[in-house]
Amino acid sequence: MSAQPIHLPRVYGLLAEFERPEELVEAARRAREAGYRKMDAYTPFPIHGLSDALGFRGTKLPLVVLTGGLIGCATALGMQWFSATIHYPLNVGGKPLASWPSFVPITFELTVLFAAVSAVLGMLGMNGLPMPYHPVFNAPRFAFASRDRFFLCIEAGDKLFDTAKTRAFLDSLGAREVVEVEE
Amino acid sequence: MSGAVQHGGGGPPVIEPGHTYASVTDKISSIVLSRRTPMFWVFGFFASFTLTMVLLYSIGYLLAKGIGIWGVNQPVGWGFAIINFVWWIGIGHAGTLISAILLLLRQEWRTSINRFAEAMTLFAVACAGLFPLLHMGRPWLAYWLLPYPNTMALWPQWRSPLVWDVFAVSTYASVSLLFWFVGMIPDLATLRDRAKRKGFQIFYGMLAMGWRGSALHWYRYETAYLLLAGLATPLVISVHTVVSFDFTIGIIPGWHSTIFPPYFVAGAIYAGFAMVLLLAIPLRKVYGLEDFITMRHLQNMAKILLATGLIVGYGYVIEAFMAWYSANPYEKYMIGNRMRGPYAPIYWSLMLCNIVAPQFLWLKRVRSSPPALFGIAVVVSIGMWLERFVIVVTSLHRDFLPSSWGMYYPTIWDWSTFVGTIGLFLALMFLFIRFLPMISIFEMRTLVPEARQAGMQPVPEHSVAGDEG
Repeated sequence: MSAQPIHLPRVYGLLAEFERPEELVEAARRAREAGYRKMDAYTPFPIHGLSDALGFRGTKLPLVVLTGGLIGCATALGMQWFSATIHYPLNVGGKPLASWPSFVPITFELTVLFAAVSAVLGMLGMNGLPMPYHPVFNAPRFAFASRDRFFLCIEAGDKLFDTAKTRAFLDSLGAREVVEVEE
Repeated sequence: MSGAVQHGGGGPPVIEPGHTYASVTDKISSIVLSRRTPMFWVFGFFASFTLTMVLLYSIGYLLAKGIGIWGVNQPVGWGFAIINFVWWIGIGHAGTLISAILLLLRQEWRTSINRFAEAMTLFAVACAGLFPLLHMGRPWLAYWLLPYPNTMALWPQWRSPLVWDVFAVSTYASVSLLFWFVGMIPDLATLRDRAKRKGFQIFYGMLAMGWRGSALHWYRYETAYLLLAGLATPLVISVHTVVSFDFTIGIIPGWHSTIFPPYFVAGAIYAGFAMVLLLAIPLRKVYGLEDFITMRHLQNMAKILLATGLIVGYGYVIEAFMAWYSANPYEKYMIGNRMRGPYAPIYWSLMLCNIVAPQFLWLKRVRSSPPALFGIAVVVSIGMWLERFVIVVTSLHRDFLPSSWGMYYPTIWDWSTFVGTIGLFLALMFLFIRFLPMISIFEMRTLVPEARQAGMQPVPEHSVAGDEG
């Protein structure tokens, strides 16, 4: 692509439109079999099996949430223990200062709070959101990806990407329309 | 969130036939994006906004004069503030139950009611949160409730259930907000893509944060959503448990009881489902959403109302039984005073509203009639408010020493604050249905026949590459 004149927009990839989710899953699977790796699908709702077909492997999100929860738990216990025994010890009816059963509700609540915040921030962060600009929005019919159409995008960064050949390949998968997406 | 789970034993469908991905999308988004604001919305919002102004006036007067304008005094120091707090927070619980617990139980009928039930949770918690703050006397010092480094070198009292409450309610409000917002991101993207006006495009565009429906994003999104549901489930149970600790940790007769946590949680769900019915029945009518919020939803909610009503009824019976069985004179007097004392009419109205009224739900004819369900929901909402009145007032007004007995009478400011929060709640609800999608669009798409035919349920493992979950 470095051979292109500088004033031409660079190509982000080829975007194929499908009418039905099962066509998209099939197309994604065949594209992966054909050796394409840098690709993504855009759908109006989560489609089970699509991430498999695209070759995604698991996500570390549960680990992030677990870590967040543990930090919340430690924070709550540490805060209560520190203030009740070291910073401001208060003898109430001769009860022990580190009266841990009383610390349980707040520990539980903060565990949940930290875990939930980690789940949301972790999901958004891993997804790279908020993202004010993304090339796929340049495709004229891409707005239908949030309504009733299913898109598969093979990105120009892929080793096998070749505008003509990839376009022919996507056409052969039964795409309703294949458009070039500008960077 | 998979669709196409088979319908349990016939009955009305969860979505009327004939809908497609496009029709579901257009129908729900047009409510928000239409240029014309319906007349009933204008009137409804105006009425509830007026009540919100009543609330603001009452709060302003309260800040100027102090809580002496309320009916609270010794011996009844809690009064309306705590009654309303418990009532509102209980109402919120149904929203979380629908959005989290029913999601984990794969109850697909939750899909069309979860969004506005979650909004109801948020607004109810907002109303609930006002009361303890206003009740403090000096609400501008509310931040003293939080642990922060201060020059007084003071900490909150960790052994106090009132401090647990601060953490429980603020966690609940935060997690509910996150859950609601995360659930809405894909729909906000839909609205961004559908909006014609520049202002709306920017508004929804900012909120959608650049969501583009990428398969990888959906994958992480569903993981996060399930984890949030898993976290919200024990949270919602803990919140009303902690609210009940406010009572049970005290030694006041009628409060110091181990049945309180389960009975409070059941009561919360009971009141909450009544409120969901109160909102759903008019909403489906005026917006023509009978295709999405079908009789199936109303019937299922009626069944939950009946079940939780029976648990609450069991709670009342056990309360009376334990008062007798404990042989504790104060407990015994407390229950006798409830039944025959100066507040007896309220106690018996509560029994009528909460135990007798829901029994009509055994009849299928009643469960299939929206007006009848609406009526029962009104009665149950009143009944649950009376329940909190009985718990708070009858236990406090005559406890151990007859010399310190007294009566509690709410003042006009108690009433105006309470009615004002109903206005605030409705005003927020009206704003929500006008500007945000009140039904989850992307989840509705998974319920339409096209998605069912395509087999959008967990797909047979045709690939060895990935390992979901």
